[in-house]
Amino acid sequence: MALYSEKVMDHFRNPRNVGVIEDADGVGEVGNAVCGDIMKIYLKIEDGIVSDVKFETFGCGSAIASSSMATELIKGKPLSEVLKLTNKAVTEALDGLPAHKLHCSVLAEEAIRAAVRDYYDRHGIAYDPKDFPDCDSCEGCHG
Amino acid sequence: MIYADNAATTQMSKAAISAMLNCMEETWGNPSSLYGLGQRAKEILEDARERIAACIGASPKEITFTSGGSEADNQAIRSAALLGAQKGKRHIISTAFEHHAVLHTLKKLEGEGFEVELLPVGELGTVTAQQVSEAIREDTALVTIMYANNEIGSVLPISEIGPVCRERGVLFHTDAVQAAGHLPIDVKAQNIDMLSLSAHKFHGPKGIGVLYARRGISLTNLIEGGAQERGKRAGTENVPAIVGMAAALEEACAHMEENAAKVSALRDRLIAGLSWIPHAALNGDPVNRLPGNVNFCFEGIEGESLLLLLDDRGICASSGSACTSGSLDPSHVLLAIGRPHEVAHGSLRLSLCGENTEADVEEILRAVLEIVGYLRNMSPLWKDKVSGKKEFVL
Repeated sequence: MALYSEKVMDHFRNPRNVGVIEDADGVGEVGNAVCGDIMKIYLKIEDGIVSDVKFETFGCGSAIASSSMATELIKGKPLSEVLKLTNKAVTEALDGLPAHKLHCSVLAEEAIRAAVRDYYDRHGIAYDPKDFPDCDSCEGCHG
Repeated sequence: MIYADNAATTQMSKAAISAMLNCMEETWGNPSSLYGLGQRAKEILEDARERIAACIGASPKEITFTSGGSEADNQAIRSAALLGAQKGKRHIISTAFEHHAVLHTLKKLEGEGFEVELLPVGELGTVTAQQVSEAIREDTALVTIMYANNEIGSVLPISEIGPVCRERGVLFHTDAVQAAGHLPIDVKAQNIDMLSLSAHKFHGPKGIGVLYARRGISLTNLIEGGAQERGKRAGTENVPAIVGMAAALEEACAHMEENAAKVSALRDRLIAGLSWIPHAALNGDPVNRLPGNVNFCFEGIEGESLLLLLDDRGICASSGSACTSGSLDPSHVLLAIGRPHEVAHGSLRLSLCGENTEADVEEILRAVLEIVGYLRNMSPLWKDKVSGKKEFVL
């Protein structure tokens, strides 16, 4: 059996939405170099909807695939839905990840939340901090 | 396909396959059986033992067949530890970048009251005989130091370490899994007391190896049972694998010099080409190096992505990144030579053999250059370094 599903390999080989949005409305970066993965998400928001999204990732195959899939899942969605995106949804959309790679999908979820939080901060929009747990809680790096 | 992972395993040689097939078809008896079929199996078993002994300068009685390098390492270290403990010696010297078969065995012994001293291996990944000499104490039971490192290819000064241990009356074991069949071994001339080797690293079959133990060194059984291997390793001998190993080792030793010359030329071409990549560095000793080993760290990328994309282009290689080690930490070898975590995650090992060609090297270079550039271009870490937000390590 292959290490990754075909979906993971497809998103790894042909990642969607790679790049930078120079005039992004919100940018989120999570992970660290010591652990071996960093994800950065750029959001363009129009009327409360993700009109564009790009990512940059330093990491393994599943980290790149998780970033790619996560951006696809939130593109065109209202922020209320974006905040409901879970790492489980990312994993399921990828037809699963090996157990020791699940933290990659957690990183993707957290990078998106960090970008939304950045958008709220920049635009003075009030939010509940509980909706934005710290990356430091991720067991992938700190367990 | 370009196979550049010969340190992981090698393709079996035609000679080894043919020897094994012949054995399985014609001489499949149990060597412990009395009748002719069994006795013929015994004969080819002992013939293989003699030929393997001759390849490393040992005598046949000093050769014990094991299931591979890991078992040989385990048995050598356990045996020496017990012999030491009987004399009240519980200090063991090794290095920080041994194979896990050695390190994990030593860890267990620590739990059993032994004191393990791991010598630092410096930036180049080697130790000197002087370091060993200075570490030896009255209560040192064993020095176990690898012949060549499996990840970064450094070849250690075994011929200098052996005499130091002999002079001080300390048993010396070397894990020669990466060296056997590739570098000259003469256990007598090099003062090696115990040595481990594994057939599948020199184009022999998997699941078979050798523990050489100098005459007079009493081995401790890991596997109890029948009287095979002079009672030191129970279980019916894997005769086909043993004859395959003998054929492969003889062939490797017969062509060692020409093969090393050819392979090291390919290696050097690869190292020179990869050195053009900015913020990349060769790992391991650039001079005292296994003929086929190339190991680089590339800053700003992660090794598993690199391997997957190389695989897409038909190139088989390996990495010391955490993602490929199955743990959260990158390779202990890269950490031992002082590579920081973030750089160790971006490592690539290419290990060549005589079957590789100049065209392979050119294709590998093209592929690695393109893929490293592609991955760096999507790496926020790389961009932070380029923009000066973070500092380059390499």
